[in-house]
Order: sequence, then structure tokens, then C-alpha cells
Amino acid sequence: MLNLTPKEIADRKALTINPCKTCQPVGALYCALGVHKCMPHSHGSQGCVSYHRTFLTRHFKEPAIASTSSFTEGASVFGGGSNLKTGMKNVFDIYNPDIIAVHTTCLSETIGDDVGSYIMDFDMPEGKLAVHTNTPSYVGSHVTGFYNMMSGFIKYLAESTGTKNGKVGIFPGFVNPGDIRELKRLAGLMEMPYIMFPDQSGVMDSPMTGNYEMYPKGGTTIEEITALGDAKHVLALGMFTSTEPANVLDRKCKVPYDVLPLPMGIEGTDELLMKMAQLSGTEIPQALEDERGQLVDVMLDAHFYHHGKKVAIFGDPDTVLGLTALVLEMGMIPKYVVTGTPGEGFEIKAKEMFAKFGMEGCKAKAAADLFDLHQWIKNESVDLLIGSSYGKQIAKAEEIPFVRAGFPVLDRYAHSYFPIVGYKGALRLVELITNALLDHFDRTCADEDVDVVL
Amino acid sequence: MSELKILEERKSFIQYGKNQSDGCGSLQCDSDSLSGAVSQRACVYCGARVVLNPITDAFHIVHGPIGCASYTWDIRGSLSSGSELFRNSFSTDLSEQDVVFGGEKKLGKAIEELVAKETPKVIFVYATCIVGVIGDDVDAVCKEAEAKYGIRVIPVKSPGFSGNKSYGYRMACDAIMTLIRPHTGPKKARSVNILGDFNLAGEMWIIQNYMKEIGIEVVSTITGDASYESLIKAPTASLNLVQCAGSMTYLAKQMESEMNIPFVKVSFFGIEDTSASILRVAEAVGTQENVNRAKALIRREEAKLKGFLESRIPRLTGKRAAIYVGGGFKAISLIRQFNAMGIKTVVVGTQTGKPEDYEIIGTLVDDDAVILDDANPTELELFMREKGADILVGGVKERPLAYKLGVAFCDHNHERKHALAGYEGVINFTNEINSSMNSPVWQYLQVPEFLTEEGEHE
Ligand code: SF4
Repeated sequence: MLNLTPKEIADRKALTINPCKTCQPVGALYCALGVHKCMPHSHGSQGCVSYHRTFLTRHFKEPAIASTSSFTEGASVFGGGSNLKTGMKNVFDIYNPDIIAVHTTCLSETIGDDVGSYIMDFDMPEGKLAVHTNTPSYVGSHVTGFYNMMSGFIKYLAESTGTKNGKVGIFPGFVNPGDIRELKRLAGLMEMPYIMFPDQSGVMDSPMTGNYEMYPKGGTTIEEITALGDAKHVLALGMFTSTEPANVLDRKCKVPYDVLPLPMGIEGTDELLMKMAQLSGTEIPQALEDERGQLVDVMLDAHFYHHGKKVAIFGDPDTVLGLTALVLEMGMIPKYVVTGTPGEGFEIKAKEMFAKFGMEGCKAKAAADLFDLHQWIKNESVDLLIGSSYGKQIAKAEEIPFVRAGFPVLDRYAHSYFPIVGYKGALRLVELITNALLDHFDRTCADEDVDVVL
Repeated sequence: MSELKILEERKSFIQYGKNQSDGCGSLQCDSDSLSGAVSQRACVYCGARVVLNPITDAFHIVHGPIGCASYTWDIRGSLSSGSELFRNSFSTDLSEQDVVFGGEKKLGKAIEELVAKETPKVIFVYATCIVGVIGDDVDAVCKEAEAKYGIRVIPVKSPGFSGNKSYGYRMACDAIMTLIRPHTGPKKARSVNILGDFNLAGEMWIIQNYMKEIGIEVVSTITGDASYESLIKAPTASLNLVQCAGSMTYLAKQMESEMNIPFVKVSFFGIEDTSASILRVAEAVGTQENVNRAKALIRREEAKLKGFLESRIPRLTGKRAAIYVGGGFKAISLIRQFNAMGIKTVVVGTQTGKPEDYEIIGTLVDDDAVILDDANPTELELFMREKGADILVGGVKERPLAYKLGVAFCDHNHERKHALAGYEGVINFTNEINSSMNSPVWQYLQVPEFLTEEGEHE
């Protein structure tokens, strides 16, 4: 499969092959699902939202709701104002959310719809709210859409009353509910009052009850988003995902913030906990110290299998950098580090990390596609591939062990319930990585090398 | 669930059985989704793409921002006996600059880069939502490329807003016509094309095997496991078999009027329809010999299945099914299959059903069954509860909804992993229905008393 990929690398400027990103609106939709009783609304053709919902459903194996303005030929000429207003009215009438979060699409952006003023003109039902953001699909990626939607919520809802509420805003980044639960657990152990925004836990991992709840229990509440304006501080996790909304909140409500990497691996988690300790004035509890010790213990036990192994990592920028940090700590070589999301900062950051661990000959590329990555691998192979399900074909073609992490994972179950952040998340990744390497060895080694003790 | 409301405007899309309306004339269908609906419906591009995607050695370039290409990358479980090219994703990934200055140049360059690397025989260029709006002349770029490289470069005009999925099917059919139109040749006796099977889980191969056994030649498969070379022979067949009527009747009609190839509608889902279809083909293009062979095949396979079904039916009889699928014809086959299993169909919805489909459906189900066009989750939920459905047959978006409601599920869409066509398909389908409905996990849905009691004491 994918034997199409030739070894010889030719310059490509216009053609993207096997993308490593998707469009903004799906990020906006996912963000909005992390708000309690919110209906995400896609202002564009009916097809976009159908794709976005399918994409999320395939990853989470959960329903992902969103409504659409359902553009017609007429709307594409005269603007989608009336579609949006009818759409919003229908959504409130039939689905009764507390809030509608509108995002645009490439179409509504290109025809220049002014969604902000449509919402202003809308006859809002009592006690209901609507927010919007612009998510032109031809700029950035789904990650961009995710933080644009966060910024949209903040611009509309966050308010500073002048009195701080003592809470710390945590912007978790584009992560799974399992990660959010882990971040909450850490904040709890650190006795740090917080507002998690957005919060897809309890929404995209809601338990089986025999009832379908269109709005499950989870999600950041509107009051909490408003209260972000009075937060004493914000921890913006993932520089490429959370910096912009933290900045927007700071400009609007004067809430200072720190941008931290996604807390993946030892140092990343250390950094987060030290910040939390500072903000809450508590010491890091023994329980967390033990977790760290356990992680280091396991990494040492298995380090022999990791050391010097070459890894290719692809996915969203912050996740990829977090994974890079972890594999560096494990003694592996992050040979290729790739994201489809454009932006120069990514390559700079990755190179800093290579330098810190004295790595030479590692490559980092933003705005790359998986065809690039596959070609690199064809020229110099790696021992392990980490990324979304779309790495499956490369892994099979090149017979490389493969660990799934990031978005989207479409071909495995239960992954979104478990974290990859924190010491616990790192421990899980170390297990996944070690198992992948050893399973591969067991499957491919000569009979006389099969060993029950490894 | 009294809080579930049905939009006033949606009421004309819903019908109870056959008796409560004057046929299906009154069920509104085949139109666009309502603004504000959480619709399960896809767009023009989606329709066009799913039809053309299975052409295994074609290059599919999506001209537009990246999303449309990402979401359709290798999503359809169409199997190939040859090239795997179609499982890659090609896009022009339009950026802001291109939107401002136009994307024609980039498209031309993308084709150039592809041709420099590969030796494509046919490239389909999909024009998505904004391409027309920013003023790109995709036709002109394609024409120029055809002349320059001496290959087929066929535009597929599929902006999402220009209609619904059915319209996309038509755009795909137009593209296929453009591809095969220049190729003619003498008609082959006793030969057919199979239209509207996409070789999901190898289903096209099952049908091809039947044809082989009864002595009928399959010229082209459209589009499951198709290739450029096999497609351009399509005009030489003497009959078209139309399996997915929703997507392919339009193509069949065009081939009939331009190439003199008549068509028959067939369905290879379920015993009844499979047997009827096989016989029908033999009778339509075959000799007595072919008919005899068909009858022998049908006898043999039906006998094989008899014992199997008898062993399964006790576990299935009396259950209630809800169906939510793309086309009306498929829904009809499914209802018949359920009837054969002793399962009553209580809710039927389609995305692109035609009035004539709904009419047939009305005659197959009980009077109190609910028939929906373009259902949304709320309606599905409401009616599945009201009618006490035990299993839902649908696509990816419906699966988690069904599970949340404690209802079993069978994927009859892109994500089916087992062939559901032909006699083999009956076994797979019955097994899937059985294993989903009779999984031991369902019994744990009921929260046990010791848990609820503890909750009360808290
Ligand atoms: S690229 Fe544009 S048309 Fe395609 S799914 Fe994204 S927003 Fe919709």
C-alpha cells in the first residue's frame, strides 16, 4: 500500500499529498463541545458539518452534535444572513441549548458574511446566548480553529468585575477528555482552584446510561467562562494552541498568563506542577512525587530498549513537541518531527529541543504532509512511528512499529479515555512505546531469539 | 421524552405508514436540509466523491482548502484488486493568497507536479465550495492540462451549496460520462456493466462471481474496483445493472440514450432480492442455458442458507428494527431482509430517498411504522424510543447515538467490515444483527441496585 511514494524527493509547491492537518471549523466545533449546553453551529454548506461530526465521532466513538446554516445557491450569492437567523431560531426552538457557538467556513468567509452583526440583529430568546468566531478554512489548520473558537467565547463572555475570584484558568489545549481529567486531577492534588476551558470531559467520554443526552453533564459552564475574566492567572498549555486565547483574555480582562508546553514527559510535567505550586502556595504532595519516581523507575528499567532508537513523530504542533520531549528524555532520537499546521515557530522550537539533547541530523518541518514524511522514511528509516491513524499505511508499508497518539485516532478504542499528559500520561506512553517495540521484535525475530524474559 | 420537539417545518418530512397519507406524494423529500437542523446529510462534493473514489487508478485532486480532502482521505472501504492509488489524498490546499488572487495557477501547477511524478491516465479535479466564488475556471485548467499532457483531466463541479448529495451523484455520473463517451465498440452479447456497487468489503467481487457462474460477462464495474481501462470499455456492454439506484439511475439513463444500453434495477441485498436479481439478469441478456445456470445457482445457495437462517431466527423473531440509510432502494432491501428474519421494521429513514421509494416502503411496513426523510438525531431518538426499536441499521454518525440509547447497531454504510451483499452477505448481516443485539454487554446497562442504593444513602 502507498507504494506510490517514491524515494526521490521532488519539489512540490502546489500539491498536498496525504495531509497532516484538516480545516479550522472542526477545531472550532470540538472546542465548542467543551462548553456545557452549547450547540456548535457551522455557518456554511450542510456538508462541512457532516464531515466534521463524522471526524469527531470516528475519533471519540461518541455522538458529536452541531447544527448548520445549510447554505444554498442563493445564500452563496446574497449572503447567509437569513440562513443563520433561521438556523439559530430553529436551534433554540428545537434543541434548546443555553448557547450557540457559531463558526464560519471557507464559503461564508469568502463571500464575506458578517456573522457578528447577524448575531447582533438576531432576536435572542430570553436568557440565551450566542457567540461566534471566524474560521476561514484556507488559513492555518484545525488547531487554529480550536483557539479561534476559544477566543470567540472569551471575547463575548469573559468579564472582569474588578474583584479576582482566586481561580486559575487552565487552557488544556487540543487534547482528549482523558488528558483533561488528568489535568484536573493534578490541579486537585495541588489544591489549586481552577476553571478548565474548554472541557470536553464528561461530554466526549460520557458514560453509558441507556439515555441519549444531547447535552451531557460535562463542559465548561457559561458562568465559568465569564468568571475567567476575574481569574488570578491563566496557565495556557501548548504554545501553538493556547497562547492566542490567553492573550485575548489578558487584553480584555487583564488576566496575566504563562504559556507552558503541553505537560508531556518529565520536565514538561515538572514545569506545570511547579507553576501550580507557585500559584496555589502549596507544596507538591508526596503522591505526585511518587508518581514521578515510578515513571523514572520504569523508564530506567526499560531504557535499554529505547536508547538510540530513531522515531518519527507527526501530528498537531503542541502534541508533537510534547511527544518529542518525552522520547528525548527516554534516550530516543526524534529523527523526523512533522506537523501539517503552518507556522515557523514549530521548527524553531523543535530544533531547540534537538540542541538541548545534543541531537544531530534530526529534521523538523511545519506545513508538511505525510507524503514528505514517508519519503524521508524511505530514504532513511526509523524504528518507531508515533502519530494519528493516518500513519498506519506508512507503518505497514515500511514495517515500522506504530504508536497512535494525537488526532485523529480512528482505528482504536478507548484511547481518548486515557491521558498522555502528566506523569501518568508519560507512563502510559512509555508502556505503549515499549510494547510496540517489543511486540515488533517478538513478531519478527528468529525462533531462537524468542525470549519470555525481556 | 416529552421534551423532544419536532420542528413544525419538519413535519412534512415525516409520515406514519402508508394509510395515513395519500401515498408518498405528501412526504417531502429530495430537498435541502433546514437551516439549524442537526442534519445527518452530506453535500454535493461528498456525493460526487463517494461515487468516483473507488476508481482505483484515478488521481483525485480536491481543489479547495484542505478540509474537504482530509475528510475524504481513504474513508471508504472500497477494495481494489489492482492499484491502491485512490487511497491517497491529493489537494491544492488553498491558502488565503489563493483565495484573494485565484487558485487557477496553483491547480495547474498541482497537476503539473503530479504528472511529473506519476503517469496518471485520469485525474478528477473536484471544485469545492469556494472555487466558483473566487472565480476559478476549473474547466479551462482541465482542458488545458488534457491537451498538454495527453491524459484525461475531468472537472467535477461539486460546491457544497449547489444542492444535496444526490446532486453530487449526478456530477459524478457526468464525470463518468465524460470519461467513457469517446470510447465505442461493437456490443458484446451476454454482457453487463454493474452500476452502483462500490466494492465495500469486496461486495462487487461477490456479484461478479455470480455473473461468472451463470455465464454472463461483466465488462465494467462502476465504480467498485474500477480502473481507467475497464471503465472505457463500458459502452460495449449490452445491459446495465443498477444496484444503488439513488446514485446511478442518472448514469444508466444517459448510457441508455447515448449508447443504447438498457438498464435494470437490481439489488443484491437479502435472499429474495439477490435471487430475483440473478434470474432477472440471466433472462434479460442470457440464453436458456444462462437461465438454467442461474436457477441452479439460486437453488443451491438458497438451500445452503435455509438451515442457517432456521438456526438463527429463534433469536431474532419478534425484534424491532429501525433503518436509517442513504438510499431508498437499500432501505427497501433491508426491510425485506428483516421481514425474512421475523424482525419488524418500525422506523425507516433515508437521506436521498425518492417518492417512488417511499411508496414501496409504505407497502412493506406496518401501518404504524414511521417513515422519515433526512432524519436528525432528535427525530431518530424520539421514534426509536416510541417504537421500541431493538436495533438500528445506519452509518457512522448514528452508531454512538444508537448505543447511547441502548439500541444495537449494524453499519450498512462505508464502515461495514463484512460483505453484506449476496448470499454470503445474508449470513454476515444476520450474524452482525445477532451479535450486536444479543451481546452480553447490554445486560449491564441496567444500573444494579447496590449502586443506586448506595447513591441514596449518600
Ligand atoms: S474546506 Fe471548506 S468546504 Fe471543505 S469541509 Fe472545510 S469548511 Fe467545509
